[in-house]
Amino acid sequence: MHVPDGFLDAPTSVATGAVAVVAVGVSLRKAREELDDRTAPLAGLVAAFIFATQMLNFPVAGGTSGHLMGGAIAAVLVGPWTGVLATSVVFLVQCLLFADGGITALGTNIVLMGVTTVVVGWFVFRGVQAVLPRTTAMVPVAAGIGAFVSVPVAALLFVGLYAVGGAADIPLGQLTGAMVGVHVLIGLGEGVITFLAVGSIIAVRPDLVHGARSVLKTRTLEVRTAGAAA
Amino acid sequence: MGGAHGHQLHFHGHSPVHRAPAHLKIVALVVFMLVVVATPRGWWPAYAAYLAVLLAVVATSRVPPTYLLKRMVVEVPFVFFALLLPFVATGPETEFLGLTVSESGLHAGAKLLVTATLGVIASLTLAATTEPQALLRGLTRLRMPALLVQIMGFMVRYLEVVTDELRRMKVARESRGFSARDPRHWPVLARSFGALFIRSFERGERVHLAMLSRGYTGKMPS
Repeated sequence: MHVPDGFLDAPTSVATGAVAVVAVGVSLRKAREELDDRTAPLAGLVAAFIFATQMLNFPVAGGTSGHLMGGAIAAVLVGPWTGVLATSVVFLVQCLLFADGGITALGTNIVLMGVTTVVVGWFVFRGVQAVLPRTTAMVPVAAGIGAFVSVPVAALLFVGLYAVGGAADIPLGQLTGAMVGVHVLIGLGEGVITFLAVGSIIAVRPDLVHGARSVLKTRTLEVRTAGAAA
Repeated sequence: MGGAHGHQLHFHGHSPVHRAPAHLKIVALVVFMLVVVATPRGWWPAYAAYLAVLLAVVATSRVPPTYLLKRMVVEVPFVFFALLLPFVATGPETEFLGLTVSESGLHAGAKLLVTATLGVIASLTLAATTEPQALLRGLTRLRMPALLVQIMGFMVRYLEVVTDELRRMKVARESRGFSARDPRHWPVLARSFGALFIRSFERGERVHLAMLSRGYTGKMPS
């Protein structure tokens, strides 16, 4: 759900806009180091993919359904830098071509749902990966946990921004409780779907999963000859 | 939770708003909305003036108002929030339509409703009167980094291809008797999602090779 114009006051919107510009600027440079001249087509296609993901509805119960935010899974699949770029471009296109999310809230949307979910998802993913055994089977687990944590953290940051630049004095304790409560549930869905989706990609093309690279490096080629099998 | 993004909003036309350079329209939108957001709550005459300006632009663009109205559904979740604000906010209370509500919440809700509505109409007008390619040229003129413009260009160009791919997968699933009703069906949907990622990424690699074979060196030919 995108923040519209007028949800936060002008100074807060400008400040989050500045943060978004810096984050995208750094990501541009770092992503180019990672992907060199493949950056434009690959990040562009990943952005189109994330956009499409948000159209894939997962039924929950009683006719309601939700979709992935996709920040954490983007970080695991293509790396945090390309992930930030792709999600930011998605918000830019949604804002300018689809009128989804206010133009003054563009920075807020990028910071909350792009940068925060990607960065938190990535660090949690790496942290969990360091603890779990280094096998490809553990990559989806770490990705799922990263995705689960990323959603309530983004919601908390939203409450923080609202406390600074919000329109009305809603009791903050209540707002925090409601936002985090709802987003822990949403995060559970995000985590489970991320776990399933990364698992299905690892099964087919583990080389495409950025977060699995360090694991793949430690794998050695095992040659099973007919003689050994007999 | 967002609404459907399946089609782009451009409405073909030849009005002065359509012909205006995209970079001017983007700057105008940003400045207009910053002014609207920065206007203190309670200045209703100013908001009325903003609405008048906006409606004048819409009238000049000759985009049918019903076209814009239908697409304003993206705003709906926030209308609920705005309507809720007077009841959850604290502070001195006041009477409104026979209900006792929070005064600051009432004002904040009203301002949010008005600002968000102005924002959606303004953004829809830009989207309806500007072709994606013109928008990209406008952003280039506004000094958005070339690489970012390229990424956005590829995204816009392949959006329909990737969403079509997703639609074909849905048709394929449903033609085999699958319909997603509850979380037990998530594994199937997640596998579609995984397949979509692999296909998109591989398409990106093919596009890159095709560009290299046509002399791409990291910059787009002007």
